[in-house]
Amino acid sequence: MTFEVPNLAPALPEIVLLTLTSFLLIADTVWSKRCAHCTYWATQITLLVVGWLIVSSFTTQTVVTFDGSFVRDTLADVLKLFIVATSIGIFLFSREYLLQQRSYHGEFFVLGLYGVLGMFVMVSAYNLITLYLGLEIMSLALYAMIAMQRDSQKASEAAMKYFVLGALATGMMLYGMSMLYGATGTLELPKIAQVIASGHADQAVLAFSLVFIVIGLAFKLGAVPFHMWVPDVYHGAPTAMTLYLASAPKIAAFAMLYRLLWDGLQLALPDWQGMLIILSVLSLIVGTVIAVVQTNLKRLLAYSGISHMGFVLMGVAAGDAEGFAAAMFYIIIYAITSVAAFGMIIALARMGHEFDEIEDFKGLNQRNPWLAAMMLFIMFSMAGIPPFIGFWVKLAVIEAAVNAGLLWLAIVAVITAVIGAFYYLRVVKVMYFDTVEESKPAEPITRELGFAVSVVSGLLLILGLFPSWILDLCYRSLGVTVVG
Amino acid sequence: MSFEQLVFYAFAGISSLAALMMITVRNPVKAALWLVLTFISAAGVWLLAESEFLGLVLILVYVGAVMVLFLFVVMMLDINLAEMKEGFAQYAPVGALVALVVFGLIYLVVGPEHFGLDKTGLPVTHGPDYSNTKEIAVPLYTQHAYAFVLAAVLLLVGIVAAIALTLRRRGPRDALYQDIDAQVRVRAEDRLTMVKMAPEVEPDVSSKNEEEEGAK
Amino acid sequence: MFETLQHWLSTWMWDWLAVLITILIQAVVIILPLMLVVAYLTYAERKVIAYMQVRMGPNRVGPYGLLQPIADAVKLLFKEVVLPSQSNIYLFLIAPVLAIAPAIAVWAAIPFAEGWVVADIDAGVLYVLAISSITVYGVVVSGWASNSKYAFLGALRSSAQKISYEIAMGFALVTVLMVADTMNLTQIVEGQKGGIWHWYLIPLLPMFVVYFISGVAETNRAPFDIAEGESEIVAGFHVEYSGMAFAVFFLAEYAMMILISYMTAIMFLGGWWSPFEGIPVLETLFAWVPGFWWLALKVAFLLFTFLWFRATFPRYRYDQLMRLGWKVFIPLTIVWVFVVMLLHYYKVGPWFN
Repeated sequence: MTFEVPNLAPALPEIVLLTLTSFLLIADTVWSKRCAHCTYWATQITLLVVGWLIVSSFTTQTVVTFDGSFVRDTLADVLKLFIVATSIGIFLFSREYLLQQRSYHGEFFVLGLYGVLGMFVMVSAYNLITLYLGLEIMSLALYAMIAMQRDSQKASEAAMKYFVLGALATGMMLYGMSMLYGATGTLELPKIAQVIASGHADQAVLAFSLVFIVIGLAFKLGAVPFHMWVPDVYHGAPTAMTLYLASAPKIAAFAMLYRLLWDGLQLALPDWQGMLIILSVLSLIVGTVIAVVQTNLKRLLAYSGISHMGFVLMGVAAGDAEGFAAAMFYIIIYAITSVAAFGMIIALARMGHEFDEIEDFKGLNQRNPWLAAMMLFIMFSMAGIPPFIGFWVKLAVIEAAVNAGLLWLAIVAVITAVIGAFYYLRVVKVMYFDTVEESKPAEPITRELGFAVSVVSGLLLILGLFPSWILDLCYRSLGVTVVG
Repeated sequence: MSFEQLVFYAFAGISSLAALMMITVRNPVKAALWLVLTFISAAGVWLLAESEFLGLVLILVYVGAVMVLFLFVVMMLDINLAEMKEGFAQYAPVGALVALVVFGLIYLVVGPEHFGLDKTGLPVTHGPDYSNTKEIAVPLYTQHAYAFVLAAVLLLVGIVAAIALTLRRRGPRDALYQDIDAQVRVRAEDRLTMVKMAPEVEPDVSSKNEEEEGAK
Repeated sequence: MFETLQHWLSTWMWDWLAVLITILIQAVVIILPLMLVVAYLTYAERKVIAYMQVRMGPNRVGPYGLLQPIADAVKLLFKEVVLPSQSNIYLFLIAPVLAIAPAIAVWAAIPFAEGWVVADIDAGVLYVLAISSITVYGVVVSGWASNSKYAFLGALRSSAQKISYEIAMGFALVTVLMVADTMNLTQIVEGQKGGIWHWYLIPLLPMFVVYFISGVAETNRAPFDIAEGESEIVAGFHVEYSGMAFAVFFLAEYAMMILISYMTAIMFLGGWWSPFEGIPVLETLFAWVPGFWWLALKVAFLLFTFLWFRATFPRYRYDQLMRLGWKVFIPLTIVWVFVVMLLHYYKVGPWFN
């Protein structure tokens, strides 16, 4: 019995993140009285350090370590960088919100960092156990963070719904994974692919396991018909939490989709493609149609998020590397747009006034033309109006679907995008053409926050003007050669 | 019939029966106790399958700790059974239908034709020097070391979450805490002041007697 | 001895029946003396505490009161078991069984001398720990089924206490396993052969203390008897019990006391080995004492300390008890796991080589 110390170098970002977070957990108890903001700054520094570590050891090869349970490739590095970037934005906005709501606790940041660690683990998982553990670390942190405002009944309800349905989803997924193990006799994703390729896997068990795995994934992504929790949780959770929930975890969920369906079950494509197409179509239609009647902006964004997941699943359902690249492009941009949209709500929120009704935005142009313009950017980008980045991501996904021969799916997507434009533009209309009866203040809670919102929203325009490099990055990280 | 078979059928029978009772019994405390019985008999089946470590740890962790805490909570909750069963009859047919369909599906997939002995092979029997504990320990700490550490992180997050959600920082007047260190560190000088006093001079015995007599 | 019996039985009856009968006989061989020891442990307790309090103790029934436990048993047997109204009769009656069954089942894995063990199983330590962890159900179920507030409070206190101290106990056992490199109780004793300085008591002294004190807490004995706490909650979980149902709880408690003493003696005090091995004169002088009696002697001393504690210490308050368990014992045991790791790595002393 000899034990070879595994190569730890590829996992250095995770190791540093875990160490610093655990240090922060202890340190926070010591300094929380004297220096409340130290935890926040330490969180941001931790993320910067981790981001720098990833950049400095950026890899273009596939490195596997820990006996085949950890993988580091370009995809992992790119996704982790975007997770770090969105998380920095998340914490930036969360801090002001929590201070405003008088619920600023160091634990929020510590749990948030553990959530980021869970996402990292998911992104780099190369066997079923680590994939599951990463998912659980992330989910557990999220449940707790949503429930942290104990005195808010809405938040507790949201946390409870999210917890129960999330636990159900992970249970389903775990069952599917155990079936997958039963069918192939191995836990490692590349070996699962090998076994399927060799034809030794039991087809019935494999198909059965796929059903459960896809259901679990759909739950986590919030795709119809497993979307019931999304609006309630987005609406009920404190906005800072909704911001977290709607951005970085989606990137990790995409990584999970890719690792399971592409790295592991690529050859079972005929089995999962059909399911994903159904999920995609339902999400597109249901998300868009129900969003039309929403009056609450957070709820509206939740339903629009469901339809965005429809687009992502459409890219994945294309079933080739190009489709995955388009889906990755979409989900990264979705995460950034979410930061901008919920950041806007946070920037305008006051203690006791959430600023999350569409009514609240009435006549924003009169009250604060600059922020109204930024909101216009966000809404246009979400609607997919050129030259904003939202247009290019939709284009990429639809193109991938058409190339894969899913023309009718692409047509459904275009139609729902047009319907979707209606409710995004309604918000714009409310801001610019409705007049407000009584002038309520619409100033950002701090100048820095107004600036931050402007930067993120402006990014949507700038990326939209120069979309090729980020699309290129997605294509390259999935090993697709760019044509033209 | 060998003795092992007898024990196996006994444990398996008790296990299935207890599981059935657990989901049908009305009282939540009794349901928890039936679950305990299910665990114990499942542990017995595991012992027969030469995985003594798993079986004993199942008893130690789930029966000895988790279920006790669970009972703790269930006993203290005042669960209104009538309220909980509201709408039961309404949903029962649908629930039963779904359960049957799922059962049928699962049977089709995990039935004997997919997981029968011809697929998995006969279970391997081991000699007396086979240690199940070691068999589990070696891959756990080598091959799955990464997952093992991640499981530890998961538990840590669970602890942080539980404490963050339940710990209320109460004011010094709302709750009284004992500071053992301060109690140990206390010295006599902190509590007791020695006061120098002039000695009390006892009056003479004779005069005392007179006093007493005077009092009478 | 039992193998030959089983062989002989299986020549003329079913195989499984032969095994069953042999197991039953083995069980009786252990349980009967155990119950006798329990009975006289209660007598010893009363006498020891009486002498410590300058009293006489039981001295009426038989010479020196020696028949007192028998008289008590007879009295309890003939008393009525009162069933409280509004209680859960079924669980109320099954609770004492839940308490005593594991307390007896544990003894299957305990070696009394070299080779004197019913089931010489590989994971002996784990078995003992697992089965003794079930005893808490007797307390919890009795407290709940009695439908009495005092009983319920006692049950809650007791379950929290037992779970807390089980963790410290488990960690203390882990250090023993690390030193002994085995979970088999016989082999743990074998590893301590060769005189008092080979006993695990020495490298694991803090663990010995933690284990034994946790054992006192596990058995709900004074000064950790807050589950009974007669001055606060009358008598805790068994306040509603009478007659034999009441007595069974006590049988379980005393059987567990003896078990804790046996485990401590086996794991830290060299089991059945004489302390004088390897000492020139003393070794030959005591060579005639069989191993069984050495072990019995060590156990008797540990049992005496149980009684001694009871006569000496005032009861812990609940928060102090939790503090001791969680903030003192558990950190201490975790630290000691690392100490043992270092000792193991550097191969210190006669224990690690």
